[in-house]
Amino acid sequence: MEIEKIDQIIDNHHGDASALIQILLDIQSENNWLPKEALRRVSERLNVPSTRVQHIATFYKAFSVVPKGRHQVHICLGTACHVRGAPRVLDSVQEATGIKAGETDLDFKFSLETVNCLGCCALGPVLEVDGKVHGKMTPGQTADVLKTYQ
Amino acid sequence: MSEILLQIDGVNVGASEGMTILEAAQNAGISIPTLCHHEKLEPFGGCRLCIVEVASRGSTKLVVSCVYPVEEKLVVRTRSEKVDRIRKTILELLLAHAPDSPELKRFAKDYNADKDRYEKDASFCIHCGLCVRYCAEVKKADAIGFVDRGIRKEISFIPEIAATVCNDCKECFPLCPTSYLQAAFVLTQALAFPSASSDPAATQ
Ligand code: SF4
Ligand code: FES
Ligand code: FES
Repeated sequence: MEIEKIDQIIDNHHGDASALIQILLDIQSENNWLPKEALRRVSERLNVPSTRVQHIATFYKAFSVVPKGRHQVHICLGTACHVRGAPRVLDSVQEATGIKAGETDLDFKFSLETVNCLGCCALGPVLEVDGKVHGKMTPGQTADVLKTYQ
Repeated sequence: MSEILLQIDGVNVGASEGMTILEAAQNAGISIPTLCHHEKLEPFGGCRLCIVEVASRGSTKLVVSCVYPVEEKLVVRTRSEKVDRIRKTILELLLAHAPDSPELKRFAKDYNADKDRYEKDASFCIHCGLCVRYCAEVKKADAIGFVDRGIRKEISFIPEIAATVCNDCKECFPLCPTSYLQAAFVLTQALAFPSASSDPAATQ
């Protein structure tokens, strides 16, 4: 991620140390993950110790300090989705992407995570890509859904 | 400074506004066991070993003495069956992580804590935060911090900072109750800034 882009995000928040979490969220959503140089830049510009920036970046699940793909795929394994066959949906996605839950593929296309209830159980089993919900999934449909993402 | 009068273990003790129960007790020569407390550092309240029983306005409760401010007419008991039982359990849980810590072993004797009560999980660090807070508050170097949370929480040196400041300081080393800190430092040094001085014989 270019330093100018990071600086611009920091400037949007007037370089204010109290906006630290918001700044990290903006970088995360722009870049999908928080590279070390970005954390260092934020620490320098906001005058917040890197120990603190690092603690926050590793504390919240919304942040990732390891590279993430362009599309975030979440598969719900909550109770409702589970009983409606989510494990098999997960299997089919793992097969289509070639990665396991918690991993990112070598082309940085998809990152796969499992979650526990997305709050729309009536639509289960639920597959979510970049925040968009794909409900009532069957193992046979997942590959087609994923194909629509570049 | 207004004088506050309270009672600790049956002794009348005077304290000033804003003091903690622990400080008032220490001034009166009454000892309360502590692990994460350090007089040069801000109150932290992480280990809970310094828990005491207080009675005020007719009810008793358990409070953490190193962060609880003194109150007029407070009646404090630093030992009771309940307090001792809690300290014993805290020590047993910590001993599952650091069974050979000299400090923990010493307290374990006082409270009859069994180091084998819980299954061992040798993470060694007991998250007292002394190293992290000392580096930030006293040395203002911020060379070491916590990362992650819950059961995955760990200490972590910032290699770039550690490389320039730690070798000449190491003041946090004797504070660590478990020696995990030294181990983490040696590992960081070996990985991130190995030098002639990283020869174990030379860093003693
Ligand atoms: S490394 Fe030692 S001093 Fe630092 S938090 Fe862990 S137990 Fe405490
Ligand atoms: S269990 Fe999947 S959305 Fe609630
Ligand atoms: S000494 Fe009070 S909580 Fe650790």
